[in-house]
Amino acid sequence: MRRRLTLAVVYALLVLFAGLMLTPFAFMLASTLKTKADFVNTLFLPDGDGWLGVGWDRLTLANYRRLFVELPMARALLNSAFLASVGSIFATLFSAMGGYALSKFEFRGREALIRLVLGALIIPAPLLIAPGFQNLWKLGLLDTYTGLIMPGLAPAFGVFLFRQAMLNAVPSELIDAARIDGAGEFRIFFTLVFPLVRPMVGAFLMITFLGVWNDFLTPQVVLQSPDRYPLSTTLAMLRNLDWNDYGLVLAGTLVSIAPVMCLFLLLQREFISGLTSGAVKG
Amino acid sequence: MKSYRPHPAWVPWLFLAPFLGLFTTFIGWPLLRSLVLAFEQTYGPRTRVFVGFLNFRGVWQDPWFWTAVGNTLWFAGGILLVQIPVALGLALLLNRPGLRGRALFRLVFFSPYVVGAVFVSTLFALLLEKRIGLVNHALHALFLRWDPDFPWLDQYVMTSLIAASVWLSTGFNLAYLLAALQNVSRELLDAAAIDGAGPWHRFWHVTLPEIRPVLNILILLTVTSGLQLFELPFILYNDTAGNGPNSQALTVVTYLYQTGFISGNLGYASAIGWILTLTLVGLALLHRRLSRSEDYSA
Repeated sequence: MRRRLTLAVVYALLVLFAGLMLTPFAFMLASTLKTKADFVNTLFLPDGDGWLGVGWDRLTLANYRRLFVELPMARALLNSAFLASVGSIFATLFSAMGGYALSKFEFRGREALIRLVLGALIIPAPLLIAPGFQNLWKLGLLDTYTGLIMPGLAPAFGVFLFRQAMLNAVPSELIDAARIDGAGEFRIFFTLVFPLVRPMVGAFLMITFLGVWNDFLTPQVVLQSPDRYPLSTTLAMLRNLDWNDYGLVLAGTLVSIAPVMCLFLLLQREFISGLTSGAVKG
Repeated sequence: MKSYRPHPAWVPWLFLAPFLGLFTTFIGWPLLRSLVLAFEQTYGPRTRVFVGFLNFRGVWQDPWFWTAVGNTLWFAGGILLVQIPVALGLALLLNRPGLRGRALFRLVFFSPYVVGAVFVSTLFALLLEKRIGLVNHALHALFLRWDPDFPWLDQYVMTSLIAASVWLSTGFNLAYLLAALQNVSRELLDAAAIDGAGPWHRFWHVTLPEIRPVLNILILLTVTSGLQLFELPFILYNDTAGNGPNSQALTVVTYLYQTGFISGNLGYASAIGWILTLTLVGLALLHRRLSRSEDYSA
């Protein structure tokens, strides 16, 4: 009896907190569908005599229409999708390749490189803003997609994660056996090693995709032309232009997070377990 | 075991080539440059003069820098004291045997983590807005005496920033803590219970030591990410370039950004960057030493 009572209290607390976590999402969704007047007067959905006492007929898609017709939201969405896809695919590939070399090969300089990767983990991104900006300027890459993408393709964190995963999940005997059978080095990597660390590949793709999608500082520093802006900088610009149009700003926010939210809901199991696997077992 | 058909010596270098090439060009080289820049005075990317420790001395005597340091420390300390206990509490609730829907709850708590800081601050700017914001509305509905014009963003800057950060990051900490809690051996807990240890005792003497390594890492991650706070206040107080009312939202990284890209003094910005980096390295070393001595005592 007492056990069931405690369990009921646990559920109540969890539901309460879950409600608190979800409220901002509900507020955002409801706000984007309201007119300016209704935004000020009602909290979630406007009252009315429709189903559940909500004035459904007063809801409007005008905010979304404005975002896509008058404002460059579609372009920003496309920019973000492009940058995040290219960035995450290559960052994952290069990290996996680096991690493979540092876990399954023995060569001179390996220990020094492992130490370099570990040391690089602690470099805070803000340190590189100023010299990184100068660097891109010298290379003529300011205000280009190349300049935005390339610095993110060499994550020490990724090499570290893949090295750890491959030390555990890829038996060296298997690689040797494949070599005896005459398989080429790249074939071994792509058909044997890659599938064995598939969970890490999935998790790291997601981590880097989110990282690029949500990055604000890099595009803010590197880009000047608004038509190249991803969602993060577009939204900041929108906020400066139309701050008092709350519904519009929140609609822009919702459009910005909806794609990654869907991706997360599809892949959440792999993502969360991949993310936490290293810390708990290591 | 030696392989029978050894690979050519250049194979590992081939696999490392893309990483090393990009790392050298876009991280290694700028890192060295930033060390040089920190000792130079620059105005835009074209003109620069070597000035020795002038930038560092300037930063040391700069009252704005110390304002930024104070705010940043408040934030890092605040999120440490709120985020980790909240996440641990929720993880303990979720770890109760016999609980159904654990995966669903974890999903709900984790979901804000997917939302980028830029988008979180836009959302929180409206949640905390005076008359129209949801927070004041709800508090006014619950407690009639609550002032619907309560100035969260104008006067309770740190509270607002910490609230946004807690919403954003609780799920991340929770995921790690829950995974750690699920690894705590059931037998050990049952044995302690049979020996007459109450729930508080079991938590303190069995659970806590077992999840200690994960907890230690999360504490380090929370503090180091807190010290690098930038996007939340920068967007939340976009109209004042991230300063906020009376510079209460000015953080170290915001100040670095302002000096580098608004005043165009990249040398000064690099000096701030190195002070931040050395602080983070110091913290990481201290953390390693502390968690090592703990391992010995256990």
